[in-house]
Amino acid sequence: MAKIKYIEHDGKEHVIDVQPGMTVMEGAVRNMIPGIDADCGGACACATCHVYVDSAWLGKIQPMQEMEKTMLDFAEGVEATSRLSCQIQVTEALDGMTVRMPKSQH
Amino acid sequence: MSDSVVIVGAGQAASQLVASLRSEGYAGGITVIGEETHIPYQRPPLSKAYLKGDIAPDRLFIKPPDFYRDAGCTLKLATRATAIDRKARSVTLSDGSRLPWTKLVLATGSRVRKLPLPGAEDPSCRYLRGIDDVDALRPRMVTGARLAIIGAGYIGLEVAAVAVKRGLKVTVIEAAPRVLARAASPQVSEFFEDEHRRAGVDLRCYVRTESIDRVGDALAINTSSGIVPADIVLIGVGILPNTELAGDAGLEVDNGIRVNAFAQTDDPDIYAIGDCANLPNSFALQGRVRLESVQNAIDQAKHAALAIVGRPRAYDEVPWFWSDQYDLKLQIAGLSAPQDQIVVRGDRASRSFAAFHLRDGTVTSVEAVNAAPEYMMGRRLIAARARVAPERLADRAIPMKDMT
Repeated sequence: MAKIKYIEHDGKEHVIDVQPGMTVMEGAVRNMIPGIDADCGGACACATCHVYVDSAWLGKIQPMQEMEKTMLDFAEGVEATSRLSCQIQVTEALDGMTVRMPKSQH
Repeated sequence: MSDSVVIVGAGQAASQLVASLRSEGYAGGITVIGEETHIPYQRPPLSKAYLKGDIAPDRLFIKPPDFYRDAGCTLKLATRATAIDRKARSVTLSDGSRLPWTKLVLATGSRVRKLPLPGAEDPSCRYLRGIDDVDALRPRMVTGARLAIIGAGYIGLEVAAVAVKRGLKVTVIEAAPRVLARAASPQVSEFFEDEHRRAGVDLRCYVRTESIDRVGDALAINTSSGIVPADIVLIGVGILPNTELAGDAGLEVDNGIRVNAFAQTDDPDIYAIGDCANLPNSFALQGRVRLESVQNAIDQAKHAALAIVGRPRAYDEVPWFWSDQYDLKLQIAGLSAPQDQIVVRGDRASRSFAAFHLRDGTVTSVEAVNAAPEYMMGRRLIAARARVAPERLADRAIPMKDMT
C-alpha cells in the first residue's frame, strides 16, 4: 500500500492507503474524497480529475503522455505541477505523496 | 413512514445517485435494486481494457463494496423490480416482497437489442453488455479463432480492435453503408473503416445478415455477400431502454421514460435517470433526446439528487461520449443532425483530426480523433452556442484556444 495525502481546495486533508496498480484518481473516487470528479472513469477523456502534485514527487511519477498534456491545456487553473490523476499509477515509491485539488473540475 | 429513496437499477447512474444523495445531505433510507449479482460497475471498459484482460473485475466497480454500507445504502442484488404501485407508493420485487418509498428513481438502463434472425439463438452467438458476457467471451478469443461481429457500432468496432490485435481472424458485417452510421459523420466513419482494414479486419458494409447455421463446431453466417464462417459470433446491434416497468405503471414513455429537466417523470415523486430516460436537452435538434452515455448517467443522477433534497437545478448539459480503438481516442461532444455542415480540421492521414458540425453557423458538435484541443475547445464552443467561421475552424494554423 502507498499512503497518498489528498488536500481539498479548502485545506481539508485525507490520507488514503491506495493499492499499487490503482491510479491516484481511483484512490480518491473509491473513498469519496470530494474534489475529483473523474466523470469518464479514467479514460483520459474528460479532464475532471485534475490535481496539483507536490513538486517533490513530480519526478517520481510517470511523465505525461501527449493526450494528458493537451487535455490539461484546457482545464481550469493549470499550473506547472498539474496532472490528471487518472494517469498517475500508484507504486510503492509514491508512498507519502501529497496531491492538492483545484477549486473546480469544470 | 420515514423518508426513503428506492433506486431501481444498479449501474452508473444508481451508484452516482447514492453518492450524490449523501453528499447533498439526504438523511433518509436508500435501497438499490439490481438484477445482476455485481455491485455497480463501469460498462465502458468492458469492450476495451477489461476485454483485453488489462484490468481485474474489482477495478470496474465504481465504488468499493464498503461504500454502500458506509453510506447506509441497502443493495438488493440479483433482484428484479416487477411492479410499481403508485397509490401505495411501493415497488414489488421478484422475491415477492414489497418495498415502500417516498421517492422512486428508475435507473433501469438498457438491454441489448436481439437480432431477430433464424439461428441467432445459438449459444455461440453472443452479446456484450455485462461483466459476465465478457468473462464468457474472453477465454474463447484465442489466436487464430474466427470471430464474426454483426454490427459496426461502438461495441462491434471496439471488440474488433481488441480481437484483431490478439490474432483472431475478424470479420465485421454491417447492414448500413458505413460503420458508426448512427453516431459519426461520414468523414469519421471512413477514417475508422480504413484503420480497421489496415489492422486486418475484414470489414463488410452494406451487407445484410440473413441467417446463421450451425456446422459442426462452427457457425456459418449467411449474408447478402456470401457465407462467413465463424467460431464465435458477437452481435452488437444497439440497445433498447428498459421502460416496461414505467410503462406498466402508467408513466409516460416515448423512446425512454419521459422526464423533465429535474429528472422527474409525470409523477413528481418518480424520477428516471440514465439510459432509460428521455429528457429535454436544448442541444438536441428536436429539443428532447435519450442518451446512452456515462456522462448523462452521472450528470442526471446529480440533478435528481438535488431535486430530491429540495434544491432543484435544471439539467441541460452538452452531451459527450468517447471510444477507444487501437491507439485512437475518439471524443465526441454535442449532438449533430444529418443536415449540419461538416468542417474537417487537420489531416486524416496524420491520425489526428476533428470534424466540426455547424448549423446556421453555430457549432453543434465535434468529433475529435486523437485531437484533445479540438474536443475540449469544441465542447466550450457548443455550450456557448458560438458561431465560428468554417474557414477559421478548418485552419490548424489558428490554435483552438483562439477560436472564439
